[in-house]
Amino acid sequence: MSDEGELDLNSLNDEELVQQVHDDLYDGLKEEVEAAVHILLGRGWAPYRVLTEALVEGMRIVGVDFRDGILFVPEVLLAANSMKAGMFILRPLLIATGAPRQGKMVIGTVKGDIHDIGKNLVGMMMEGAGFEVIDLGINNPVEKYLAAIEEHKPDILGMSALLTTTMPYMKVVIDTMKEKGMRDDYIVLVGGAPLNEEFAKAVGADAYCRDAAVAVETAKSYMARKHNQMAAG
Amino acid sequence: MTLVNLKPSDEFEFKPGKGEVLLLACGALAREIVDLIERNRWQAFDLQCLPAKWHNTPDRIVPALREKIREAKGRYKSIFVLYGDCGTGGMLDQLLVEEGIERIAGPHCYAFFSGNAEFARHADDDVTSFYLTDYLAKHFDKLIWVGLGLDRHPELLPMYFGNYRKIVYLAQTRDEELAKKAMAAAKRLGLGYEYRFTGYGELETDLGRRA
Repeated sequence: MSDEGELDLNSLNDEELVQQVHDDLYDGLKEEVEAAVHILLGRGWAPYRVLTEALVEGMRIVGVDFRDGILFVPEVLLAANSMKAGMFILRPLLIATGAPRQGKMVIGTVKGDIHDIGKNLVGMMMEGAGFEVIDLGINNPVEKYLAAIEEHKPDILGMSALLTTTMPYMKVVIDTMKEKGMRDDYIVLVGGAPLNEEFAKAVGADAYCRDAAVAVETAKSYMARKHNQMAAG
Repeated sequence: MTLVNLKPSDEFEFKPGKGEVLLLACGALAREIVDLIERNRWQAFDLQCLPAKWHNTPDRIVPALREKIREAKGRYKSIFVLYGDCGTGGMLDQLLVEEGIERIAGPHCYAFFSGNAEFARHADDDVTSFYLTDYLAKHFDKLIWVGLGLDRHPELLPMYFGNYRKIVYLAQTRDEELAKKAMAAAKRLGLGYEYRFTGYGELETDLGRRA
């Protein structure tokens, strides 16, 4: 940003403004992101376009730099806060304008675990990618996951854990789904710092997602497979 | 425990590089381990530590330990690792199986200081507890407050600690200054506070078996 004073976002053309949103998200400048979202909407941009081209793409860049060790958790959280503020403006407009829906996801942190930073990021990025997200919050016993599946009929179940001591609970949930004969009706994605692909396979999940961007890509790819299977069937 | 009245000339000072059993430990346990070695006059041990700040980046622990183990094998009668799983998601145990090396039992130091069975008994009630040990109480500012960026962005506090209800200070030593620090940390985070004296717990018994 210039030392001479504040940058007038209105003076930027669309392309420059979107670029500026990416930069402001990167720097965690919430008010600037909110202002730019209002300006883009005022210029007649569809809410879905603002979401995908400005916010989601900006967060994707943040995610890549986090993965590469250029950004750290505090910076990612500030960026997420800024994106959340932009989403707050767009959410009612997205509903009103009937933005495309990719699918539905129930997500929650497992029993015994109250860590939700990663889970919240995944929820937000999934919402940004066009998924309807039902967030069960933290410390969820198997009964709560099953009740939510019953009620919301999602395509995807997402489970998160940060602790080595709580991650085995994912197997309890998946085994219960198997016992009830419903495991194969859902895509099960798992994530959290101590997890890995091997663990996901061992507990019977469909995939391990190492970060929010991977979660979105994995969810999209499984949804495409599901649609293809339905079309073929 | 038998109390022995030692004169200064009888004091035992740990000197690294001498023992035949190598302890590979988290730096957050260094002071406690040296204290135990000196207090028990154990002569079998040598000690090497990895940075305690990796508490926040556990993915660095396993590769560094692998390197240390391979470097030390053959030079010592045995190696004993003083780490919990510490967020490595089982990768540490996988490494130790591959290398044929044991570690202290438990998912983290909170558990082996408390005693693993005792810690497990409290687990359901402690879901919303954030633990401090002597080391973490002493270095709270550097490791937690600055380490998580709260010095620069205090607005992130609810995102990090919004789901916690209290700090549980698991004290290894009876140190009033550290207790005050732990209490101040709880206040700073807007959390309740509980003090539990654990002593060195299973760190002492496990080391004693290998001394």
